[in-house]
Amino acid sequence: MTADFATMLSAVFPEIGLVVLMVVVLGLDLLWRDERVRRLGWITAAGCLFLVVLSLVFALPPAEPLLIWGGMLRLDAAGFVFRIVFLLGAALTALFSLGQDDLQKHGEYYGLMLVSTLGMSLMASAADLIMLYLAIELTSIPLYVLAGFRFRDDKSVEAGIKYLLFGAMTSAVMLYGLSLLYGFSGTTQIAELAEQIDRHSVPVSLLVISLVLVLVGFGFKVSAVPFHFWAPDVYEGAPTPVAGYLSTASKAAGFAVLMRVILTGFWAVTPIWMDLIAGLAIVSMTVGNLLALTQTNIKRLLAYSSIAQAGYILVGVAAGTSFGMSGAVYYLMAYLLTNLVAFGVVSVVGQRVGSDDLSAYAGLSRRAPAVALILLISMLSLGGIPPFAGFVGKVLVFAAAVEAGRWWLALIGVINSIVALYYYLIVLKSAYLLRSEDEQKPLQLMAGWRVALLVCVTGVLVLGVVIAPWFEWAGKAGWALSIY
Amino acid sequence: MQFPWLSLLIFTPLIAGLVILALPAGRRDWIRGVAVIAASLDLLMSLLVYFRYDATVGDYQFIERVPWVPQLGISYYVGVDGFSLPLVLLGSVVVFCGVLISWRIEDRPREFFAFLMFLGTSVLGVFCSLDLFQLFFFFELAVFPKYLMIILWGYPKTREYGGMKLTLYLFAGSVIALVGALAIYFGSGLRTFDMLALEKAGFPLWFQQFWFPFVFLGFAVLGGIFPFYSWAPDGHVAAPTAVSMLLAGVEMKVGAFSALRAGIMLLPEGARYWAVWILVLATVNVVYGAFLAMTQTDFKYVIGFSSVSHMGLVLIGFATLSSQGLLGAGMQMFSHGIMTAMFFAVVGMVYDRTHIREISRLGGLFNKMPWAGIGFVIAGLVSMGMPGFSGFVAEFPVFMGAWRALPLVAVIAVIGILVTAGYILLVLRRVFFGKLPDFGEHVPDVSMLDKIAIGLLGFLMVVLGWFPSLLSTVVQSGVDRILVLLGGG
Repeated sequence: MTADFATMLSAVFPEIGLVVLMVVVLGLDLLWRDERVRRLGWITAAGCLFLVVLSLVFALPPAEPLLIWGGMLRLDAAGFVFRIVFLLGAALTALFSLGQDDLQKHGEYYGLMLVSTLGMSLMASAADLIMLYLAIELTSIPLYVLAGFRFRDDKSVEAGIKYLLFGAMTSAVMLYGLSLLYGFSGTTQIAELAEQIDRHSVPVSLLVISLVLVLVGFGFKVSAVPFHFWAPDVYEGAPTPVAGYLSTASKAAGFAVLMRVILTGFWAVTPIWMDLIAGLAIVSMTVGNLLALTQTNIKRLLAYSSIAQAGYILVGVAAGTSFGMSGAVYYLMAYLLTNLVAFGVVSVVGQRVGSDDLSAYAGLSRRAPAVALILLISMLSLGGIPPFAGFVGKVLVFAAAVEAGRWWLALIGVINSIVALYYYLIVLKSAYLLRSEDEQKPLQLMAGWRVALLVCVTGVLVLGVVIAPWFEWAGKAGWALSIY
Repeated sequence: MQFPWLSLLIFTPLIAGLVILALPAGRRDWIRGVAVIAASLDLLMSLLVYFRYDATVGDYQFIERVPWVPQLGISYYVGVDGFSLPLVLLGSVVVFCGVLISWRIEDRPREFFAFLMFLGTSVLGVFCSLDLFQLFFFFELAVFPKYLMIILWGYPKTREYGGMKLTLYLFAGSVIALVGALAIYFGSGLRTFDMLALEKAGFPLWFQQFWFPFVFLGFAVLGGIFPFYSWAPDGHVAAPTAVSMLLAGVEMKVGAFSALRAGIMLLPEGARYWAVWILVLATVNVVYGAFLAMTQTDFKYVIGFSSVSHMGLVLIGFATLSSQGLLGAGMQMFSHGIMTAMFFAVVGMVYDRTHIREISRLGGLFNKMPWAGIGFVIAGLVSMGMPGFSGFVAEFPVFMGAWRALPLVAVIAVIGILVTAGYILLVLRRVFFGKLPDFGEHVPDVSMLDKIAIGLLGFLMVVLGWFPSLLSTVVQSGVDRILVLLGGG
C-alpha cells in the first residue's frame, strides 16, 4: 500500500515535533543565561506531552499497516504505542531531572534526551534495515553522553565509557548480522525479508548465524543475560534519572526492534529463535534475580532487577505468537511506569539523603509516608502483585507461554518471581521497619517530582485495574508486529 | 439488576482503607473510627446477605457481573453459594473483632488499620469470586498487607523471619497455582475465566490428573497442608494479634476454599485421582500438627500448630469427595475460623498484659481476666469437638465421611483429636488456673472492646453448637452443587 504525501507528513509530525522541541530547548538555553534555565525541564516535559497529544490527533495508525517514506517507516499500531511510551518516558525523566543542578542547568542535557527519544521513536517504526540501524545509533549515541554527563564524577564518566564500549562492540556485531541478512535476501526491507529468504532458500545454518549476531545487539539493548554486564555499572554511575530512562524507554525500544526483526527476518527459523529466546529469558530471569539478592546499593539492585524483568518480557516474546507480543507490549508499558517511579523515588531520596545505599531508606515511612507508599507501589508492581500494573503484565506473558505449550517456561518464570519478591520486600523492609536518626526530618519534594511521581503511580494503578483499553492497544500492537 | 450487596461488602473495607491513608497520621480517633464503622457495616451487610440467601434454591445468588477485560474473557463476577456464604460471614466477623482487639495500637495506627482493611477486601473478594482471574487478583492483593503488618507490628524477635517466610510460601503457592489456572484457561478452549463456564468444560482425564496438583497444592499451601505448613506457626506467632486472627481464622480458609473452588470443582476427575494422597497428607496434618502443638512451650505456638492440625480436618473433608465430608469441611472452616480467632485474641490479650508467652511462667490468670478465660474455655471445647459447641457439629460429619472413604484415616485422625484434648486442657490448667505468679497481682482485666469481641466469637460458637442447622442447611446447599460436579458423589 502506498500513502499520499499528507498522510506521510502527518505520520511523522511527532518526530518533527521532537526536532523542533530540541531546537527550542537549545535556543532557550542560549538565550537564558540565568535562573530561568531551570524551566527547561518543565518545557521539555510539557513539550513531550504535547507531542503525545499530537500523535493521538495526527499519527493514529490505520487499520492496516502502511509503509511510508519509500518503505523506510511503517505506520502501524506498534510504532504508535511505543512512541507514546517513549514520549511519556522522556517527559517523566525530564521532571525527575529537575533540581539536579549539574543536569538541569545544561540545555544540552534535555536536547540529548530528546534526540535519543527521536531515535527510539524511529526505531519502533523502522521498516528498513538501514533505517533501523541509523535509528539505533541515533538513540544510543546521546545515551552514551547522558550516562557520562556528570563529567566531574569518576563513576559517571566510567559509566559513559563502559556503555559506549559495550554499545559500540555489540552494535558492530549486530551490523554484521544485519548485513548477512541483506546478503541472503538482497533486500533491506524488513517486510520483504521473509519472502526473499524463502525464495533464495538460504541454508538454515547461515540464517542461524545471522540470528545469533543480531541477537547480540538486541540483547545488549534490552540488557538480557549474557549481554548484561554493562547494566549494573552504568546504572550505578549514571545520573539517576538517566539510569531510569535507560532501563525503561531504551529497553522498550530494544524490544520493539527485536520483535519486528525476528518475526519477519527469521521467519524461516521460528522454532530455533523461539528456543534461543526462551533460553535468553531463562538465564536473564535467573541470573538477574539471583544477583539482585545480594545488592546493597539500590541502583545496582534495580539494575539486576531490570535484567530479570527483561527475562520476563522475553518469555512473552519466546511464545512467538501474536498474543505473546501483545503481552510483551503490555508488560513494557507497565514496566516503563513502574521502573520510572522506582528510579524516581531513588532520585528523590538520593537528592535529599545523599546516598543510594539501601540503608538510606531506613525510616522513610516515618519521614515521608507518601514517598514510602509510592516506593511500596513500585516495588510490588515490579514483583507482580495486584492491583498494580506489573501483575497484569506477568499474567499476560506467562499466559502466552502456556498458550504456546511452554508451561515449563511459565513455571520457571513464576519461580523466579518468588525469588524476586524477596528482594523487593527487603527494600520495603528498609523503608518501613528500620529506624534512622533523621526520621523526624520531613523530606521536601519539588513540585516537578510530585507531578511525575503522581502521574507514574496513577498510571501503575490504572494499568493494573482498568485493563481492557490498554490491552486493546497492546493487542493491536502485537498484531501489527506479527503480520507482514 | 438487584442491589450490589456483595460489591459493597467487598469494597467497603478498601474504601475505608484509602480514606484512612488520606487522614492525618496524628488523628488516631478518626482512623480507628473509620475502621470500626467500615467493619461494622461489613458485619451487618454480611449478616443481611447470610439471612437473605435462599438455601432451598441453592446455587449462586447475589450475582453481579461486569465485563472487565472482554478480550480475554475476564469479568468482575461475584456471587455466593452455600459454601462461600458462611466464609463471607466469617471474614466480616473476624475483621470486626480484629479492629476491636487492635484498638490500642500505638505505632503508625494509620498504616495498621488501612492495611487491615485491605486484607479484609482481599479475603472477602476471594470468597465471592466467580472469575478465576479475579480470584487471583484478590488472593494476591493480600501479599503486602500481610508482610508489612507482620514485620511492622509483629513480635520483634521473629517478625522478620516469620513475615518473610509466610509471604514467600504463600506467594509461591499462589503463582504455581496460577500456572495451573492458565493451563485451565487455555485447555478449556473457551477463552474465559468464568468458573461456572469452566466447570462445564469437560477437560480430558490426563489434563485433569496432570494439572490438579498444581492448582490444588498451590492453594492448599495457604490452607496449611503437610508438608508445606511450616509458614503457619511461624507466621501466626510472629504476627500481631489481629493479623494472627485473620491469618489463621480467615486466610487459611481462603487457601482451602480456593483449592476447592479452582482445584476440586474445576478438575473433579483430577481430584478423584489424587484424593487418596490428599487424605494421607491431611491425616498427617491432623496428627502431626496436634503432637507438635503438644510439645510447644510457647502459648502462641500451641495455637499456631493447633490450626495446622484443625485445617487437616477440613482437607480430609474435601478429599472424601462425599456429602458428609464436604458438609463437615464447610462447617469446620467456619467453626475453626471463629475458634482460632478467639484463641489468638485471648493469647494476644494475655501477652499484652503480661508480656510473657511461655506457658510455664504463666498461671492463675482466670481470676484476673475472667472473660479471656471463658473465651479460651469455649474455644478449647470447640477445639476438642465437645457436643454442644460448633466443633462437634463440624467434626462429626468429617469423621463420618472419612470412615466411608478410608476407615483407617478416621481411626488415625481420632488420635489427633485426643491429643488436642490433651494440649488444650494442659494449657488451660497451666495458664488460667493454678498459682498466680508474683507479677500476676498487677495484671489488668481485658477492656470493654475485648469483651465485645470475645462475646461475639463465643456466642457464635455456642449458638452453632445448639442450632447447627443455622449453618448446615446453607452449607448443604453448597455441597449439593459440588456433588453434581463430582458426578453425583
